[in-house]
Amino acid sequence: MEFNLSETQQLLLNSARSFLEQECPSTFVRAMEEDERGFTPELWERLAEMGWLGLAFPEAYGGAGQDFLSLTMLLERMGRFLLPGPFFSTVVLAGLPIAEHGTEPQKRQFLPPMADGELLMTLALTEPSARYDPGGIQLQASREGDQYLLNGAKLFVPNANVADHLVVAARTQEGTGSEGITLFIVPSNAHGVSQRLLWTVASDRQSEMTFHNVQAPRDGMLGEVHQGWPILERVLQQAAVAKCAEMVGQAEAMLGMTVSYASQRVQFGHPIGSFQAIQHHCANMAIDLEGARAITSLAAWRLAQGLHAEREVAYAKGWTSDAVRRIAALAHQCHGAIGFTREYDLQLYSRRAKANEVAFGDSDFHRERVALALGI
Amino acid sequence: MDFQFTPEQAAFREEAARWIKENLPPGWEGQEGDPESPENIQVAREFRKRLAAKGWLALGWPKEYGGSTGRNADPMAQVVFDEVCASLDAPVLDDSSQPLGETLITYGTEQQKSVWLKGIAEGRWLWAQLYSEPGAGSDLASLQTTAVEEGDEFVINGSKTWNSAYIGADMGFLLARTSTDTPRHRGISLLLVDLKSPGIQVSKLPLMGGGHRGLVYLDNVRVPKANLVGERDRGWSIALALLDRERSSVAQAARCQRLLERLIALGKEVPGPDGRPVASNPVMRHRLAQAATEVEILRVLGYQVTWMQGQGYIATNEASICKVLGAEVLQKVALIGMQMIGLYQNLDAKERWAPLRGQVASLYWSAFTESVSGGTSEINRNIIATRGLGLPRG
Ligand SMILES: Cc1cc2nc3c(=O)[nH]c(=O)nc-3n(C[C@H](O)[C@H](O)[C@H](O)COP(=O)(O)OP(=O)(O)OC[C@H]3O[C@@H](n4cnc5c(N)ncnc54)[C@H](O)[C@@H]3O)c2cc1C
Repeated sequence: MEFNLSETQQLLLNSARSFLEQECPSTFVRAMEEDERGFTPELWERLAEMGWLGLAFPEAYGGAGQDFLSLTMLLERMGRFLLPGPFFSTVVLAGLPIAEHGTEPQKRQFLPPMADGELLMTLALTEPSARYDPGGIQLQASREGDQYLLNGAKLFVPNANVADHLVVAARTQEGTGSEGITLFIVPSNAHGVSQRLLWTVASDRQSEMTFHNVQAPRDGMLGEVHQGWPILERVLQQAAVAKCAEMVGQAEAMLGMTVSYASQRVQFGHPIGSFQAIQHHCANMAIDLEGARAITSLAAWRLAQGLHAEREVAYAKGWTSDAVRRIAALAHQCHGAIGFTREYDLQLYSRRAKANEVAFGDSDFHRERVALALGI
Repeated sequence: MDFQFTPEQAAFREEAARWIKENLPPGWEGQEGDPESPENIQVAREFRKRLAAKGWLALGWPKEYGGSTGRNADPMAQVVFDEVCASLDAPVLDDSSQPLGETLITYGTEQQKSVWLKGIAEGRWLWAQLYSEPGAGSDLASLQTTAVEEGDEFVINGSKTWNSAYIGADMGFLLARTSTDTPRHRGISLLLVDLKSPGIQVSKLPLMGGGHRGLVYLDNVRVPKANLVGERDRGWSIALALLDRERSSVAQAARCQRLLERLIALGKEVPGPDGRPVASNPVMRHRLAQAATEVEILRVLGYQVTWMQGQGYIATNEASICKVLGAEVLQKVALIGMQMIGLYQNLDAKERWAPLRGQVASLYWSAFTESVSGGTSEINRNIIATRGLGLPRG
């Protein structure tokens, strides 16, 4: 056992910290809340220059060849600074599955431009049923000669408003089971695709999409026909842990803000942070945060090592979802009324943390998976 | 970062598990009945003798003090071993030899090391921690027991409570005030005391969950000056360093894990309120899943703390986090057990109807003490807030 960071990881963290501090102050986060796209092309170019877009892609495809653990460390920092934009949807939801399951031509087509910042992608997975199990995928793909026709609806698709290509989860065989699900890569401007931004509390960019006789060529299939679910399962695991990492960063920020506020705010002639009730709120936040960090690292490490991780992923997302909600609530409590104002940054974090809590399974969902893994 | 055991650690785990199984009494399934019964203590002492002969009471110690070379010199070896012991329900003695040994290695004089460490590695004594007093609990630095220098000796007067002297401990490490004109923390010394010395009287305090704690009265007890650990008046920080090492939440996690496995098996058998196995009840499933999650977090945090200590980092904040979480997790698991067995929770271990030989109820009642002993959860939260987060002191 060894809990030191490697030199490469340490470098990554250091550069992430200084870059994000510089490029992503809360004024920028606030400006992007009002921006139609939700990010700027200039920022995206800088992310490409930093080598982050291709961080976890193989070097042969323009990537840096680092592992999933390093990617989660970067995501944690991004969560710490609330970096807006389609990083998660492009890299985690589309890039990783293409890198792991794509054909050689697909990898050559999609990965290098993604790493260079020229291509944005996302995964169109959930539907109005809002489920993360095979039964939730009902968008139909019917065979028409050499291609498939996609018909149906998707909801909560992240960053679809800016994505150039979509990975679409569809049913090639009727049913609710894990058999008969197929993934198609289609251009977002394909005929028959429509997209509308949802109004969200977290000001993230999620969309409603409809697919009407959208043509999906057979060579655009990611993985084999009917065999899409195992790929999605892996994506869902990676996405859940990646969300945990973001949440750990967000929680760290909320705790930091709370500690510094509590050290400065004076009531009854003393900083409120010297009152034990406030100290214990903060201590409870620290306990929740360190627990989330530990279990998230374990799950990320197992995924990076290619080990079985169903149980650890469920531990991580189940715990972190609850822990970060508790942290947000205590952060607000310790701030008093000021923390509820729009002007104060805390709400930027608590709104996003709440959205992350339910993304890729909330704690009830993951506890159920733990229960299954325990054989009960 | 690497969460995997090194090949050496993995091999040691296997070896330890094999050895422990071979050296436990035949058919051993954990202690039966009162852990303080003469038979149980006998078994535990016997097991410890074998451990000593194997060299495993000095895991991670330097070679010259009875420790081993090679892979067991790894600072993680002790915690790996503790985890295996806990998961196999190996008999434990209420004894503080281990943390004391580690503390002497850091703070003892060469003379003390040569006198005490060898004996500790051989398992020669049971050691009691004599810190708390009737008037000094969380505010330990307010302790009143005095040690006055007279010639080659210290003369000790006072009383010490909540300790393990009741079990027949041979020796104690005791905090006493050696100066009164200095700031509170500066006038305290750590002394090694033979509990058979004249002037010592030990009595037993029965606890609600079964078991006891000891109360030690010291009336003009004479201790050689050579038994002073570190410098005179400078015992406070040594005593705290010892506390940091006292608990590994890895062993706590292993105990919880073991209990949880038993509860899952039990839950598949015992019917719930609707007549179906209680573990199939959705609320119960989620309680168990939540507990399993927390046990795993406790384990990972525990290994991280041990690793930090092994690397020479100060891990006070992290140890406090483990301590608070560890108490809560154990109490939670015990409560789940009680919720599972419903009316049966009221049955004494002696009662033949008692599920799991009364273990659930006895654990539930003894788990209450976890958030008090070794520093209360409130005190540990104070430490996290001030030492860990740097909040202003009240
Ligand atoms: C099973 C068991 C085994 C033990 N073993 C040993 C042993 O081997 N050797 C030994 O020396 N001692 C031992 N102890 C004693 C233990 O260390 C003390 O019980 C503990 O430190 C608390 O002290 P107290 O019981 O006097 O409670 P008190 O200090 O009186 O505390 C009572 C309550 O007040 C709270 N409180 C006190 N001060 C503060 C504060 N500043 N802020 C917030 N809340 C506060 C506490 O958290 C607690 O809730 C043991 C105790 C138990 C229960």
